[in-house]
Amino acid sequence: MAVYPPQPAKEPPLTARGPIAWIRHNLLSSPYNIAFTILGLAILYWTVPPFIKWAIIDAHFAGDSKSACTGGGACWVFIKEKLDMFLFGFYPHDQLWRPKSVFAAVLALGAFAKFVPGLHRLKLTLIVLFPVFAYLMLHGGHFGLPLVETSKWGGLLLTLVIASVGIVLSFPIGILLALGRQSKLPIIKSLSVFYIEFVRGVPLITVLFMASVVLPLFFPEGVNFDKLARALIGITFFEAAYVAENIRSGFQAIPKGQYEAADALGLGYWQKMALVILPQAIKVTIPNLVGTFISLFKDTSLVMIIGLFDLLAMVNVTANDRDWLGMDTEGYVFVAFIFWIFTFSMSMYSKRLEKRLDTNNK
Amino acid sequence: MANETSTQVQETPQATHISKEDPKAVHPLGEPMIQLENVNKWYGDFHVLKNINLEVRKGEIVVVAGPSGSGKSTMIRCINRLEEYQEGSIKVKGIEVNNDVKNLKKVRANVAMVFQHFNLFPHLTILENLTLAPVWVYKKPKKEAIETAMHYLEKVNIADQANKYPNQLSGGQQQRVAIARALCKSPDIMLFDEPTSALDPEMIGEVLDVMVKLAEEGKTMITVTHEMGFARKVADRVIFMDAGQIVEENDPETFFHHPESERLQLFLKQILNH
Repeated sequence: MAVYPPQPAKEPPLTARGPIAWIRHNLLSSPYNIAFTILGLAILYWTVPPFIKWAIIDAHFAGDSKSACTGGGACWVFIKEKLDMFLFGFYPHDQLWRPKSVFAAVLALGAFAKFVPGLHRLKLTLIVLFPVFAYLMLHGGHFGLPLVETSKWGGLLLTLVIASVGIVLSFPIGILLALGRQSKLPIIKSLSVFYIEFVRGVPLITVLFMASVVLPLFFPEGVNFDKLARALIGITFFEAAYVAENIRSGFQAIPKGQYEAADALGLGYWQKMALVILPQAIKVTIPNLVGTFISLFKDTSLVMIIGLFDLLAMVNVTANDRDWLGMDTEGYVFVAFIFWIFTFSMSMYSKRLEKRLDTNNK
Repeated sequence: MANETSTQVQETPQATHISKEDPKAVHPLGEPMIQLENVNKWYGDFHVLKNINLEVRKGEIVVVAGPSGSGKSTMIRCINRLEEYQEGSIKVKGIEVNNDVKNLKKVRANVAMVFQHFNLFPHLTILENLTLAPVWVYKKPKKEAIETAMHYLEKVNIADQANKYPNQLSGGQQQRVAIARALCKSPDIMLFDEPTSALDPEMIGEVLDVMVKLAEEGKTMITVTHEMGFARKVADRVIFMDAGQIVEENDPETFFHHPESERLQLFLKQILNH
């Protein structure tokens, strides 16, 4: 028999670390991998340089009319001239300071919440009061602000209003539906299941049509319910079903022992759900939830079919201007870029949130 | 139970010298805390608990042993109604354990449970795990709840980990936290459901030490465990269950050295002979 002394840890050999090892392992590990690496490089070579040439090198930035754009490059003058339309739709020109100050308030609030430590109660109050402020500013009709009908709202402003209201309201409704679906009471359970399955079986366009055309039939004659409000209700209840299913998948990841421990400690149903189960369920389902919210953000463009002009619809409007005919490409590229900025930030934020909430390997 | 009286009679003359090391002599058994009468339970058609009768008095330490699937865990889980039973009655401090929400609330305030898999809340820190129920259920001021929590964390020797998350601790540490969490509502009764079965062998000792400490303080405890050393050391009574019923009930000395039923003799032979 023998006794062995403890051994010190060594670094791995040079061939197993560093950039060369990485390239060898990830790009050139097998004949197939080499073929795909070459194919990938070829695709990048055929697409990226021409796009950069069109969008930047040959592009036109200066000037104020279509005549400033000659040659093959992109005509960003169009975007520059129509920027207010893209951002705010048909919002009256002399009132544009109102949506602008709402945007500025969002940024200020975000910075305040992120960079000023503490003051949780004040932050919460401001966040709760913000929608009221935004509504009063945008809609007007009080405090000497002229009324701006919601039919005049458009562009990015409308997209953001629809998406944020949809996300904020569908979340709690979705939680309630998910709890309903888990419920031991058969009536609540079957109602929730029926609602979720019904809504998920119907396309959003149908829901918007219903909200726009069918819903008014239930109101007494002469009552004209705001078109945007109808779209918001439709989208919120539509998304709630998807949020509910996401959260239900989160519930299924929670071990039974968590419920039992909460029960044994004496927590009631709502305490158990709010303090123990939901925080964990929402945490595991963040990637799915954000996925749902990203698709909601993009689905807002469907409001076009009930006559609301969101960011995407503004491309049609602006490119049909007689002075700017044929500018669709620039318009679509610009709008796609804006959509991408927002959805990508949401996705990055979800990743950071996941990391921050991960209590498993801190 | 036939042997209990005789053992007590034998021990009486030595009582003076026992009292120094035997905590049970310092804390004499009090009024009944848990009473199970003719409890029957079925999972579908399967009869899991058969006519269970059990009385546990204040300060008494009862260890439940038996092969897996014998209904040990199910029985103690009926006491705080993590499981329902279909026939018979269970009373905790005279309160009927039934569908009545008010009764259930009182029962759960008096009975704490420690689980095999700890069941700490992974999204909360150790301290938050301990203060959750006191603050939200028992409406203690936060400061007081934290003080109580730190007191119990010190008791289980883990106060220095208060701000970590459960998954950063070892299994033995987590189980000690779970015991501290159970103690935070100052329960009269502690239920332990195989508290060391999921632990690495090296960590069983630290958890048992804490449990022995509690036993010595006179806490009423029912423990389902395979740790026969623990049973020998602190139990007032050991219960052997098999196939959903209580087969034998005896003081530890008789239980381990002169088991009466054949089934228990076989069981002890199997677990002790390796």
